[in-house]
Amino acid sequence: MSTVRKYLGLIVTIGVLLMLVAWPAITGKDITRETTFTILLSVALASSLNILLGYTGYVSFGHVVFFGLGGYVGFYLMSAQGMSLWISMLAGGVSAGVLAFLLGKAILRLRGGYFALATIGINEAMRAFINNFEPFGGPTGMTLNFSVYRDYGGAGQALWLSYYVLAALTFIVLIVSYLVRTSKFGLGLLAIREDEDAAEVMGVNAPNVKTWAYVLSAIIPGMLGVLFFFKNGSIEPAPAFRLHFSIEMIVMVMLGGQGTVLGPILGAYGYQSLRGFLLTSPIFKDIQLAVAGVLLLVIVLFVPAGVVGWLRQRVPVLRRALQ
Amino acid sequence: MILQVEGVGKRFGGLQALSDVTFDLPEGQILGLIGPNGAGKTTLFNCISGVYEPTDGRVTFRGEDVTGSKPYLMARRGMARTHQIVRPLNELSVRENVIVGACFGRENHRLPAAGDIADEVLEFVRLADRSDQLAGSLNVGQKKRLEMARALAARPYLLLLDEVLAGLNPSEIVMMVEIVKRIRTERNVTIIMIEHVMHAVMNVSDRLLVLDYGRQIAEGTPEEVANNEKVIEAYLGDPKLAERLMTG
Amino acid sequence: MQISFDLIIASLIDGLLLGFVYGIAAMGLTLIWGVMNVINLAHGPIIALGMFSLYFIFDLFGLNPYVALLLVAILGLLLGVLIYFVAVHRVIDAPHLSTLLATFSINMIIIGLGTAAFSASPRNVDFSLGSLSLGPVTLLGTRLVAAVLAVAVTGGLYLFLYRTRPGRYIRAVANNRDAAELMGVPSAQILALSFGLGTMLAAIAGGLIATFFPFTILAGGVYELKSFVIGVLGGLGNPVGALLGGLILGMLEGIIPAFMPTTWVPVLEFLLFVLILLVRPQGLFGARK
Repeated sequence: MSTVRKYLGLIVTIGVLLMLVAWPAITGKDITRETTFTILLSVALASSLNILLGYTGYVSFGHVVFFGLGGYVGFYLMSAQGMSLWISMLAGGVSAGVLAFLLGKAILRLRGGYFALATIGINEAMRAFINNFEPFGGPTGMTLNFSVYRDYGGAGQALWLSYYVLAALTFIVLIVSYLVRTSKFGLGLLAIREDEDAAEVMGVNAPNVKTWAYVLSAIIPGMLGVLFFFKNGSIEPAPAFRLHFSIEMIVMVMLGGQGTVLGPILGAYGYQSLRGFLLTSPIFKDIQLAVAGVLLLVIVLFVPAGVVGWLRQRVPVLRRALQ
Repeated sequence: MILQVEGVGKRFGGLQALSDVTFDLPEGQILGLIGPNGAGKTTLFNCISGVYEPTDGRVTFRGEDVTGSKPYLMARRGMARTHQIVRPLNELSVRENVIVGACFGRENHRLPAAGDIADEVLEFVRLADRSDQLAGSLNVGQKKRLEMARALAARPYLLLLDEVLAGLNPSEIVMMVEIVKRIRTERNVTIIMIEHVMHAVMNVSDRLLVLDYGRQIAEGTPEEVANNEKVIEAYLGDPKLAERLMTG
Repeated sequence: MQISFDLIIASLIDGLLLGFVYGIAAMGLTLIWGVMNVINLAHGPIIALGMFSLYFIFDLFGLNPYVALLLVAILGLLLGVLIYFVAVHRVIDAPHLSTLLATFSINMIIIGLGTAAFSASPRNVDFSLGSLSLGPVTLLGTRLVAAVLAVAVTGGLYLFLYRTRPGRYIRAVANNRDAAELMGVPSAQILALSFGLGTMLAAIAGGLIATFFPFTILAGGVYELKSFVIGVLGGLGNPVGALLGGLILGMLEGIIPAFMPTTWVPVLEFLLFVLILLVRPQGLFGARK
């Protein structure tokens, strides 16, 4: 009983995710799988970002750079070197992690708006660079030979495979996110978020701790980039380093509740469902972006803690269950 | 000597905030640091605790040269401090605030052990009944005690207290002075305290160091300092100062 | 490769003239940052609205584009004041993320409505002032006028900030908002005015750019990013720094293509941007504090 109470937050989180994942597997429909793929991808990206944004309080506007770079490195290994998806994903994760480590040493010194600006600059510089980088196909990018999918049971099978791999990665992100949230390392991050100078005086080695949070938040997006573009069959600079995608991740984290484990799941689910609804609605189809903008504004102005944060404030009984 | 400060100075651009401060602090003492506003007291704390790198001089802590060290390394070495303007981690609970101190302080505890220390220290500063409240929701007096609790949870050898009495009402001052005395007797912690509430600092300190315009103008026992002419001059030349200081 | 000296001079001057307009756009961004520490992520769409306003006033009413620019400026000011009270005022003291997202939501709203209203096909202000030839260099009339106007706007802004009461209030609020409030400065109105001035500058820049290039509602994004680069180059919060930064960026864009493919320009620009953030966050010319 006490174990259940202790891990209630994790159990609720995993439960919510399991329901999401199982839905396409039960129905077996491609369209359901595709919808859920988009949602899970958002959940995993938003939860990764949350480690930096929600726990540490650093606003990375260009977080998509890790998705893009990882995607490119992995895609290159698959298409030009004939490596397997697994090795390529590993390489994508590692390269994103290494980039985050190097960047962390440099730009995490910047605070507040300056850090946010620097991350935008990094993403744009990387996009422009890849655009000129011939081994990665320059502006036209790269495509996968269709025969590659044969190793994974054909194109149709490969789509299901991608789905299950994504589901597994999403579980890993959430468990990592939960472990960080409840660990000493995570407490150090929260202390930095609240007051970095005070945290340092209390002994938190902020430069180190921040860097590792950055690395942790970058690895899975790097792997997801490989998976996404493997499924996609081609990669180009614009979709790989789309700044707007970065900001969508932030919106999802905010919507659900930054700094909580469950928040990014609900936020990603809510955001993608809403987007799907707006895109197919005859009334809102043309102005879906504007409607989403109004909603974002309402959340920022009136519910800054997000859904989970708001519930935790209003209904203290739920605090243990919603983490 | 737990702490040796030799010729420490700090300049900000054209402003010499602190110059040539020298003193030794034996283990177990309470040193009061007094002086008018802007005398450089907090700057001296910042130079000792690694927040600022001194422009001149040397700081030695427990035999190790720690000049220009980082604040988080100083915390690890066993130096803890409170802030003049309280800096609670607002969105964390009172208990979590103190756990941060225990986790990252000198003894580098894991979470469960840090939790036990936090409970013990919160009891000590009489905040145990506020454990689960958010730190941001405390009043000023409670926040001051929270600062104290965080610092104590680090199990420091040396504690730097920056105006822990400022802004407290008389009964809270009595409580806090009691806590400071008990820290020394029960916990064997050496203390430097910056204080404006004179009767309290006179009453508690073994020795006093007086700063004025960034310079060290007197050092000695409370009686010596209270009768020191330079000190009286610094405090607006009040001839009755000594008497007022001693009687409060 | 043989590099023609004349060609370099020509593209240098071309870039320099464009740089004046970049400078105006960046000035809008940097003014808002300097006064209230807000990065306005709606900057690009507001530049685009400046383009469209000029286009419609010119196209529908047949007004001279430079007369239209005056109207564009007023519209830009009013829009900014509106945005401030709707989206920014409530979160002005909240953490950075709130103002970033609040202004980004305005970005989404403008782009969303703009795409629906104006479609994605490019527009073009059909207007020319001919050109001026100085030896090997040919200067387009519209660029020359734009550069002159940019200097005039900068001068006007300085007169406003240093010679008028609202201007002094703005500087007081930028310097220390709490102290200014204690001395009776109506800070909400002053912040709204500052935000309005920032968007006014963005709209003017957009209007001027519309006289050079075709555009869509998305066209402002590029200038928003350039404004970030320039703002950091000149020191965030420093209007004259922004103009100088604009000139530097314009010249770089003029010179770099003589030595390497044009597509390398953004790589160098953004690397420079990050580098300056790291080594001189106060900008090349030092920010006013």
